[in-house]
Amino acid sequence: MAGIYAVFALGLNVHWGYTGLFNIGIAGFFALGAYTAALLTSPAADPLLFEEFVFAGDWAQLGILDLGIDLWFVLALAAAGAACGVVALLIGYVTLRLNDDYLAIATLGIAESVRLFFLNEKWVANGSKGLYQIPQFLEGWLPSDKYNYLYMVVVIVVLAVLFALVQRVMKSPWGRVLRAIREDEVATAASGKNVFSFKLQAFVLGAVIMGVGGALFAHHIRFVSPLTFDPLLGTFIIWAMLMVGGSGNNLGAILGAFVVWGLWVGARFLPGELADPNFRFFMVGVLIVAVILLRPGGILGELRRVTRGRAGRSAVRLDDG
Amino acid sequence: MAAREVTQGWIPAFAGMTRGFGKGLPKGEGVGRGLRALRAAVQRLRATWSPGYAVAAAVAALFVLGFLPFVKMGLVVNGFVLGAIIATGAIGLTLIYGNLNFANIAHGDYMAMGAYVAFFVVTDLLAAVGIQGQGFGPFTFGYPLLIALPLAAAAVALGAVVLDVVVYRRLRNRQVNAVVMAMASLGLAIAVRGLIQIIWTGEKLQLPRESRQVYHLPMDIRIPPDSIFIAGLAVVLVVGVYVLLTRTKIGKAMRATADNPDLARVTGIPTERVIWATWAIGGGLAAIAGVLLAVFQAQLLPSMGWEFLIPLFAAVILGGIGNPYGALVGALVIGVSMEVSTQWITPSYKHAVAFIIMIVLLLARPRGLLGRSN
Repeated sequence: MAGIYAVFALGLNVHWGYTGLFNIGIAGFFALGAYTAALLTSPAADPLLFEEFVFAGDWAQLGILDLGIDLWFVLALAAAGAACGVVALLIGYVTLRLNDDYLAIATLGIAESVRLFFLNEKWVANGSKGLYQIPQFLEGWLPSDKYNYLYMVVVIVVLAVLFALVQRVMKSPWGRVLRAIREDEVATAASGKNVFSFKLQAFVLGAVIMGVGGALFAHHIRFVSPLTFDPLLGTFIIWAMLMVGGSGNNLGAILGAFVVWGLWVGARFLPGELADPNFRFFMVGVLIVAVILLRPGGILGELRRVTRGRAGRSAVRLDDG
Repeated sequence: MAAREVTQGWIPAFAGMTRGFGKGLPKGEGVGRGLRALRAAVQRLRATWSPGYAVAAAVAALFVLGFLPFVKMGLVVNGFVLGAIIATGAIGLTLIYGNLNFANIAHGDYMAMGAYVAFFVVTDLLAAVGIQGQGFGPFTFGYPLLIALPLAAAAVALGAVVLDVVVYRRLRNRQVNAVVMAMASLGLAIAVRGLIQIIWTGEKLQLPRESRQVYHLPMDIRIPPDSIFIAGLAVVLVVGVYVLLTRTKIGKAMRATADNPDLARVTGIPTERVIWATWAIGGGLAAIAGVLLAVFQAQLLPSMGWEFLIPLFAAVILGGIGNPYGALVGALVIGVSMEVSTQWITPSYKHAVAFIIMIVLLLARPRGLLGRSN
């Protein structure tokens, strides 16, 4: 679970940590990715289970593309990313030309619209009852009680690939431009970079990563419903993870995901009032504010890379986010 | 789309109504600029009057009139009531936006907090003192709510100022990016909602209902007396904010600070105090909007504020950020569109409708309906 959240924290890091894009609708991409994957791999709709649900998601069994369910899993990951990428492209195209704040509102709008769509269009995804019995990757390879270990390996592999990708990308000149945009948009534009285009690319990249995270989530929980993707577990907690871990630092994003998820789950065992989910909800907010006020860099701050003549690169801790 | 047609016919009417409003303002002042822009637009339209325009206007008018019979008037009326609630919240939001220069994402949760404080006052505090809910005229709520309204507004206003001192002022002094401020407000939004859930649990709550009367008007309009109260109170508040901004010293200082904070400071305006005043007004209006929303929906939910953010920001953006009059117009456009859309679309899509209108209008007019070109 923490690994899956780490994927989201990575995606958000591309948005906020590197480019300074304020996305408060992560839940929208989360849901979109999860539903795409679920719909692509689910078995045919059983009329007994699903009343108004007509989408026969048995692509794997249709025989058109006889790839076997496991290859479909990989395809579903890609499709989930693609779906989120397309939505991000559309929304980004409209709002990224404008003030930063418009993007925040637009992402909030996406999250709400996606949720309402899956809630109301029963034929697509069974409405509020959600989709269940989503198949698992490499099902039957291991006895079901050990399956979680196998899936953990899968999540870690995906996470590692994405981590390597984001790391590589952010070290490239392209990533440097993104950081430049975050620091000073006008100066970046003045040095001849198309700020809008770079922002749009970063927005889409982050959204694709979130889509993959959503797909991983769907195959882990094996159940998706519009209620799964509430703002708390879909958006707020991911922000807390990135802020705690250190925005602008991919390792920090992953670390933050594990720390915050650990706290979240661990708090359940605290005595009395402290275990109240509402109290944890409150603490997520306090945590974000506290990090901004007290330690803007998070646990692992961003490493500032400076090229100093022949001396090469030296790392300096950056202390203001 | 139909919704837009309906409201468009209405905006010029508003322009006519308010034309006298901006008159007293000297040129070049921040407030009234929207109104003057509107007036200028009307004048430009008159100056460039040609048969082509006449035909276009006639076609548009016919279109709107042609649509009207298919629109249930009750929905339009409801839309204005919803718009009045959005306006009460959005005016505070746009003032904060203009003065502090960041999007206060916690605004919706301030609204919810206001509603819950009022609920607490009505059901616990006043009941403990011995004041019981009695019918108050034809309204569904008793007069305890009238006592609760100013108390809730004061509580949230105070809370907003305290949070400014604890959180935002430090960030201001550090001169952080506007997005970091918005980020902090996101954290506060979560914390406020968490607090509501701790105190009142996450369950749905209902204000005590004292009456179930409904007025029947011609054209098949049914309107609960509450709606009249909501609209009336919103009008009073809007006029109050207008008077405050144009006639009082602190209001003028607020406008000056919004225009140019550095210049305002040099001129000797205590900008910190102005910022507190902005928070107090914005928070108080948010609390009242929250109570009105709870009355309108006849229930309270901790998520009501967060979900109301979309119409709020849609109204602010439509009206042009920092422009209270724009926010008012935007709020009415959004409110009517949301309600009228329910005639054809499932009512639960209401918020998506607000979002889509916002996106479409952003494409057409990135600076809002009344936005100045610059």
